[in-house]
Amino acid sequence: MAAITLGNRLRPLAYLSPWLIGFAVFFVYPLISTVYFSFQRYDLFTLEPVGLLNYEYFLKDEAAWTSIRNTLWLVVVMVPLRVVFGLGVAQLITRLKAGAGIFRTIFYLPSLVPLVAGTLGFVYLLNPSTGPVQAMLGAVGVQSPDWFGDPAYSKWGLTLLALWSVGDLMVIFMAALLDVPKQLYEAAALDGATGWRQFVHITLPVIRPVLMFAAVTGVIQTLQYFTQAMVAARVASGATDSAGSVFTPGYPDQSTLTFPEWLFQQGFRDFAMGYACVLALILFAVSMVFTLILLRQFRGFAEEES
Amino acid sequence: MTATAVPERVTARPPAPARGPRGRATLYWIAKHAVAIALAIMFLGPLVFIGLTAVMSDQQALTSQLWPTTWNWDNFSDIFEKAPLLTWIRNTLMYSLLATAFMLLSSIPVAYALARFRFRGRKLAFLLVITMMMLPPQVVAVPVYLVWARFHLTGTLWPLIIPMLLGDAFSIFLLRQFLVTIPREYSDAARVDGCGEFRTLIRVILPMARPAIAAVALFQFFYCWNDYYGPLLYAGTDLDNWTLSLGLAAFRSVHRVQWNLTMAATVLAMAPVIVVFFFAQKVFIEGVKLTGVK
Repeated sequence: MAAITLGNRLRPLAYLSPWLIGFAVFFVYPLISTVYFSFQRYDLFTLEPVGLLNYEYFLKDEAAWTSIRNTLWLVVVMVPLRVVFGLGVAQLITRLKAGAGIFRTIFYLPSLVPLVAGTLGFVYLLNPSTGPVQAMLGAVGVQSPDWFGDPAYSKWGLTLLALWSVGDLMVIFMAALLDVPKQLYEAAALDGATGWRQFVHITLPVIRPVLMFAAVTGVIQTLQYFTQAMVAARVASGATDSAGSVFTPGYPDQSTLTFPEWLFQQGFRDFAMGYACVLALILFAVSMVFTLILLRQFRGFAEEES
Repeated sequence: MTATAVPERVTARPPAPARGPRGRATLYWIAKHAVAIALAIMFLGPLVFIGLTAVMSDQQALTSQLWPTTWNWDNFSDIFEKAPLLTWIRNTLMYSLLATAFMLLSSIPVAYALARFRFRGRKLAFLLVITMMMLPPQVVAVPVYLVWARFHLTGTLWPLIIPMLLGDAFSIFLLRQFLVTIPREYSDAARVDGCGEFRTLIRVILPMARPAIAAVALFQFFYCWNDYYGPLLYAGTDLDNWTLSLGLAAFRSVHRVQWNLTMAATVLAMAPVIVVFFFAQKVFIEGVKLTGVK
């Protein structure tokens, strides 16, 4: 009997073992190591303890602060716009009587387009010299801005790209909208509330948790925003980044430089690895705050049984 | 979400005056569908123009004309001469397939344990899975990179593939969310029939979890197919180790080619995703729903 109980106790451990090792090797160890390296100067060849120097450097590093401002811009502008647009599109589809299935397919499709391909496409479509968007606007006498070449518009260009690939949010919102009990709408209709008032007083309160969830996960994803900014800057600037690595992210004029990009640049292009670890710890702290909000607000997320 | 028939035959007779309730409903119906069609054009437009540019001639790609004057299908074969696309496709396939297979092998048992076994620390373990899922990959990049450098595996895609043997947090999360919805009675019945825990998983639970497994497998495959950050970090400067995403991002600048060929390469990178989507749309949509809160 003892062997069976021991087996029962060890069984979860056996099933969990791949992840337990992964957790130790790719989370616990690197996190501790990152703290250690943050007090060192390390460029792959020489390792030298420098105390708080990396942290002091961060306070004076203007590019780092620019990247923080840009990332904050994306969090404050892009995330809410995506939620509002995603909800609008979802609400529209659930109200359609004809062709809802086809529209859902069409609206969802762009969110599956590879990030690099989608970004390349948008830089081409929106370029003011040969792009189709300018060609169409030009026909009605409007000059389109240089979306990815003008620091005033580059983040808006990325925002358009993010709105185009809103499909995943739309699917989540559609599921939530269809779960709103019909009786609530019927009761409201009896009270004379229709359209917009139903939306504000019934729909929004009922799906609020889903919206909050989308907003918080949106913030966490945006803190990692990397590929689109990197590719847009590279393609728009026409710079090369093969062996000769002359490309610096952020084109035009550091306006698309995000925090993870700067971390990448410092750690893996300039090999200021100790300093990159300081940036990594800051990114860790901020994303942990939002992860904790997520876990506190959405206990249902980790519910024991359904 | 099935499309239902048009409720009112608006074309059969002239629309009623907009004042009446019936007329207003008709107008509302038209407005909704007009907005939907306008949005559909905006969502599809970029894909259409990317496709049109991909078949333009070199000269035309320098102009702002929208419609190809000649249809240069050989652009799609030309791009294979401009860059080692076949090598990149092979590398990308190897990365995507191996990572997906490894992920399934390691993540299914973990998700099953988190969904079914009762043990101390289960809740904590699941919270840690969520934390790992939310962790930006850049946070632990430096020490992890140094580990792979010590094993001389930087400059290859292995640092992106091998870790998948140790479970993927997002896949574990998604599978677990599905597995908790399977009523316990099924595994209890199997146990009564004398099935051990492992056989219950293989014979009873896995067949029932097929939609969720298909979803995580597709998500993982396309995550790898689309991944740019990972290969940028590890694949190095040797073009022979690059993936399609990496090559595509550098295509225009490194190979000094025009937009038409760049767009042809873009179409090539998008095509598999779009084709698979049309065959497995339901799997994607159901999978995305699992990522939300209930």
